[in-house]
Amino acid sequence: MDHTNTAPELMNSGAEALLRALKAQGVDVIFGYPGGAVLPIYDAIFQQNEIRHILVRHEQAAVHAAEGYARSTGKVGCVLVTSGPGATNAVTGLVDALMDSIPLVCLCGQVPTHLIGNDAFQEADTTGITRPATKHNYLVKQSGDLVRVVHEAFLVARTGRPGPVLIDLPKDILIAPAPYEEPAAQPVHRSYRPQTAPDPRRIAEAVALLKRAERPVIYAGGGVINAGPEASRLLTEFTRLTGFPITNTLMGLGAFPASDPLFLGMLGMHGTYEANLAMHGCDVMLNLGARFDDRVTGRLNAFSPNSKKIHADIDPANVNKTVQVDVAIIGDALATLKALIAAWKQDSTKTDKAALANWWAQIDVWRSKNSLRFTQPRDKGSIIKPQYAIERLYQATRGRETYITTEVGQHQMWAAQHFKFEKPNRWMTSGGLGTMGYGLPAAMGVQVAHPDALVIDIAGEASILMNIQEMGTLAQYRLPVKIFILNNQYMGMVRQWQELLHGSRYSQSYSEALPDFVKLAESFHGVGLRAESVDDLDRVIAEMIAIDKPVIADICVDQKENVFPMIPSGAAHNEMLLGPEHKDEGPAVTNEGMALV
Amino acid sequence: MSETNLRSATISVLVENESGVLARVIGLFSGRGYNIDNLTVAPVERDGSKSRITVVTRGTAMVIEQIKAQLDRLVPVYKVLDLSEGPHLARELALIKVLGTGEKRAEALRLADAFRARVIDATTESFTFELTGATDKLDAFLELMRPLGLAEVSRTGVAAIARGTTTIS
Ligand SMILES: Cc1ncc(C[n+]2csc(CCOP(=O)(O)OP(=O)(O)O)c2C)c(N)n1
Repeated sequence: MDHTNTAPELMNSGAEALLRALKAQGVDVIFGYPGGAVLPIYDAIFQQNEIRHILVRHEQAAVHAAEGYARSTGKVGCVLVTSGPGATNAVTGLVDALMDSIPLVCLCGQVPTHLIGNDAFQEADTTGITRPATKHNYLVKQSGDLVRVVHEAFLVARTGRPGPVLIDLPKDILIAPAPYEEPAAQPVHRSYRPQTAPDPRRIAEAVALLKRAERPVIYAGGGVINAGPEASRLLTEFTRLTGFPITNTLMGLGAFPASDPLFLGMLGMHGTYEANLAMHGCDVMLNLGARFDDRVTGRLNAFSPNSKKIHADIDPANVNKTVQVDVAIIGDALATLKALIAAWKQDSTKTDKAALANWWAQIDVWRSKNSLRFTQPRDKGSIIKPQYAIERLYQATRGRETYITTEVGQHQMWAAQHFKFEKPNRWMTSGGLGTMGYGLPAAMGVQVAHPDALVIDIAGEASILMNIQEMGTLAQYRLPVKIFILNNQYMGMVRQWQELLHGSRYSQSYSEALPDFVKLAESFHGVGLRAESVDDLDRVIAEMIAIDKPVIADICVDQKENVFPMIPSGAAHNEMLLGPEHKDEGPAVTNEGMALV
Repeated sequence: MSETNLRSATISVLVENESGVLARVIGLFSGRGYNIDNLTVAPVERDGSKSRITVVTRGTAMVIEQIKAQLDRLVPVYKVLDLSEGPHLARELALIKVLGTGEKRAEALRLADAFRARVIDATTESFTFELTGATDKLDAFLELMRPLGLAEVSRTGVAAIARGTTTIS
């Protein structure tokens, strides 16, 4: 790769050269955990103060923290772990970042080159283990390659479809002197050249379809967020220009302002009635930066059966993977939106106002179902409905600089449904991998990047225990992250599936022997609060927000509440189950559907 | 997915000749459940910097497109060319050991001659043939050798190239 443009300068050690390269790549914080193989890097970190190191309590958390940092800033997150167990602990985080297209560079210690393959102490075949867990990985075998590889890793992580890149660093390479070169201003890779500029012919075809659409829908995903805030601004501009209805995926929330009347809410398994029926009934669909995930499409052969589909994606492998499309636009979402706006304005064809008005009338009928409706009993001492807790949290945080992360489960879906996002980069959740334990470390990373913002992890009582040790990190760095636990004493999402699909046999889904979360917060130098009934809720939320320390708010919620609407696995969009508020009869889940997850 | 919708594809992949690149390609196939019917790899540049991988696979048209796109997004991949989209040449070489005496041995030699297989080693009880050709020709020859004392086979896998002026780079 032609990454370098100056004469090399010999640095005292590989570790020093590495840190210099990181600085040149704009790294200001590393999330890491030390160990024998990376001691030279820790020594170099000790002797400088431009790059801050956040000491996590588990390597998985380091990766999720870097994800939170990356997703909330648009920058590449940086992780440092030791060889062997350090590397294997990081694997879940790497796969999480791979699935959700989060740019990361993970630096990993390795035994010295002459010991590789000898089953040395804390040796693991890290490049072998992480090959399918990363966008790309490297093993540096020669000092002369070190800096080039670091610069290349950042290029690969942030360009094209972003993702995690791992660099395996043998200890002798970190100790020996190594040449340093600056990154090239316009790096060009030998073989890796992602297409970012959309083909104008495809743009024209897309606009021609959209202009003539009678029942259009825009379906935007995380790719728009990854393309930077300007892409979200242009998505908003384009959508308003067209007047078309728009829905977002779980990963795309915030790419379009939730308060806009054109917004139909989230789509998919737990999406709104109007979003899913609009997808089902549309005649032209514009997918921007989403990947027809199975959580979104439901049963594939019944997915949006009568529409022409336009798919804009940076990754050609996402196109025609599960859903055959009519127009494929390969390119970056920002460039694509620019081109779409220009072409839309240039094409003098008038949209069919009458047809669109009919379509909106239909959508309004669906909307009037109010599919996210729930009833919160108000009598004194009433048990809190989880949806209501999210709604009150949302109301209490409006107007503030608020970032939300989640764990995985029912609480995650209620957060996605009831918390409204107006801007991109404010919502971090584990979408593709669905990693319980993501939310707390991700919130940590967000808070490091935005020290003055209000950062809240919306959690379940089961998920939060998966990385609870990070309370120690919050205390050490005075990161005032708020953990808002919707405590239903069940692995609620598991319980819900068992109720609906397995005859209410609640096998192993009860959260037995839970800790006292108030005392747990206190033991980690934070503050614990509890809301036991609806009377406590607003007070606890207000206190939580006001306290400038890590807080666990233990919100005791209705144990039997389920997430609706729900498209059962293997069902189509128009076979949605609505909640008990709606008396509709739903379809039975097929055996084939039972096999899906 | 009915069997009849499956097609075979011969795909050439030009890759950076670095450690792990073959593992990446093979891992992609196993990880995503694609078939590998045949695979070859060898350096092709004078300085050894690039290798060419030829993989013969099977799948629906949609899966073949996926395979190509997935290969193309690997960082060390320069170029992916689906040779089966156009006229192309595919050849394999096999070394075939046949043990036997008497009439069977004579018959093996006659058939080898008909297939233009070369005898590259012989004892009074064995022949080792070298045969080059398309995969089905090799398969046909091996079938004929089976009753005649076929004892061992070593095949190179398919090397393939487009006809005419089309090149991979
Ligand atoms: C690491 C991991 N293990 C298992 C699962 C499967 N899983 C999905 S949701 C869930 C239950 C989550 O329970 P809780 O955190 O209490 O959230 P709730 O659904 O009750 O809101 C489980 C076990 C997972 N997503 N991640």
